Amino acid sequence: MTSATPSLGPLKTVAEGPSAFAEIRQETLALTRRLFVQLARRPSTLVAGVLQPLIWLVLFGALFANAPEGLLPGGGSYGRFLGAGVIVFTAFSAALNAGLPVMFDREFGFLNRLLVAPLRSRSSIVLASVLYITSLSLVQSLAIMVTAALLGYGWPGAAGLVVVLVTLLLLVFAVTALSLGLAFALPGHIELIAVIFVANLPLLFASTALAPISFMPGWLGWLAALNPLTFAIEPIRAAYGGTFHLSNVVLNAPYGDLTAATCLGILAALAVGLFLAIRPLLDRKLT
Amino acid sequence: MIELQHLSKRYGGGSKLAPVQALDDLSLSVPEGCLYGLLGPNGAGKTTALRILSTLLAPDAGSVMVAGVDALTDPRGVRRLLGYVAQEVAIDKILSGRELLALQGDLYHLATADRNGRIEELIGLLGMQEWIDRRCGTYSGGMRRRLDLAAGLLHRPRLLVLDEPTVGLDIESRAAIWQVLQQLRDQGTTVLLSSHYLEEVDALADRLAIIEAGRVIAEGTPQALKDALGGDRVTLRVREFSDATEAARVQDLLQSCPGVRQVVVNRSQGYSLNLVVQDGEVIARLRSQLAEAELPVFALAQSRPSLDDVYLQATGRTLMDAELSVAGLRDPKVERKQSMR
Repeated sequence: MTSATPSLGPLKTVAEGPSAFAEIRQETLALTRRLFVQLARRPSTLVAGVLQPLIWLVLFGALFANAPEGLLPGGGSYGRFLGAGVIVFTAFSAALNAGLPVMFDREFGFLNRLLVAPLRSRSSIVLASVLYITSLSLVQSLAIMVTAALLGYGWPGAAGLVVVLVTLLLLVFAVTALSLGLAFALPGHIELIAVIFVANLPLLFASTALAPISFMPGWLGWLAALNPLTFAIEPIRAAYGGTFHLSNVVLNAPYGDLTAATCLGILAALAVGLFLAIRPLLDRKLT
Repeated sequence: MIELQHLSKRYGGGSKLAPVQALDDLSLSVPEGCLYGLLGPNGAGKTTALRILSTLLAPDAGSVMVAGVDALTDPRGVRRLLGYVAQEVAIDKILSGRELLALQGDLYHLATADRNGRIEELIGLLGMQEWIDRRCGTYSGGMRRRLDLAAGLLHRPRLLVLDEPTVGLDIESRAAIWQVLQQLRDQGTTVLLSSHYLEEVDALADRLAIIEAGRVIAEGTPQALKDALGGDRVTLRVREFSDATEAARVQDLLQSCPGVRQVVVNRSQGYSLNLVVQDGEVIARLRSQLAEAELPVFALAQSRPSLDDVYLQATGRTLMDAELSVAGLRDPKVERKQSMR
């Protein structure tokens, strides 16, 4: 303990004028940095996160390797079909779990530190998670794509990588926003885990990740054709199929054909909609 | 600096639990540059009041103004002015202390150079050099509290709010925190702290409010509150162990003595006598009166009224009794939930 007198006077802040952008950028980057430091010091998350989808890919690919001819609409191997599903499902799971660290911060009181700080926007908390999960998902996706290529399931090329990036960003944005909204709204981590548990696998099975709509009973085909995961899977799958155009039809839904542009548009609308919908939850106070 | 007006806050009222009236028309005014203490037993509503002031909680009714900014309509304006040090120290175990402070600095939008300079300054001020780059998970309670205080001070708030800042701390850490708080006050920062330690508030606070059951029951400087009670406290024993008869006799004798306001026989202390007297000069009169009656004096102690006497006067019970009586009424699970936002 020294008795050094701290100099008085106001500290200069980054934005003397009300530059909302500079402030939001600063708080978002600081929160993102925290998530990455945590990851770097607890690398088991990353190792498990990369290994798990690879196991999915190998095991599921093997399980359906002898699937009857005609199961898949365009012909081709099941492994080639599966890659897009595993990429999207991996990113989806990560985003769905994004609320958990926030919930633990809430339970341990760390979130109060963020809530008494003059954040320009509490959406910075959402943006930080989106940046973090998207980066993580890209690493996972690259591992999946490389493994898939080594297994002889094909490689989508540079254009495919861009499609993966854009699609995952939109999906992660939407699902992370939802998960963080839940983290602010639900009473505790038990309830949040219950919601994640109930949502996770059913959304996988009711999507085109593992089988095409043409293979499903009518009612399930309808569910899959309304499932946001499907809108993310099909553009990536199309990129795996060869030349990719936004105007190509990628999904033959029971209610009509959808182009890649439509799928991505729906994801974008969902992301914006959920981001706006959870805003009041972030500013909520216990009454 | 702070104007809390007619604050009410009620928790619960769910299916099983009876609602708790945490604040009941609480009003409080803290002048700028003051080191102000909120004194009260656990469960009196201190934390609720501080959480409302810090914009973590919305009151059911009432108004909250900080330096002319309305906390209910412009919470961000208040957050900029105020540093809040919560009761439960919330740190990220994975980060080092320095990383935590850097994060905090960015959340308050400090420019990087200023932020780093200020962090160095606080490391020196709070004596954190040796361990600031270690992970927070390895810190002792005292270290955590110091780090949390540094985090609260990082953006040089005009108002520092601390919820039970020294609970469970070792003497050294407590002294360190007291010293910093006094220094801050001397430099013009307004400091508001809650405590259920009488000595802490008595030693530190320029002014204090005693809170009980969600309302302010006494307010003023410690000295004024004690002076308002008036008189000195005298504890008298004529013998080491008197009996009831003798105690009653002495009581009768001294009650008539001019300047003596009150004489109480304290059975649990071997029939000693507790007196409230006008001033110190009465003591000599007491002694001569006792000598005339040929009574010995085994022990005679005189003291000024303490804050505990203030509390006793206002509530009819000692702070210690109040603590014990609420201890059984609280549900830790419910409180954890309430503190979760």
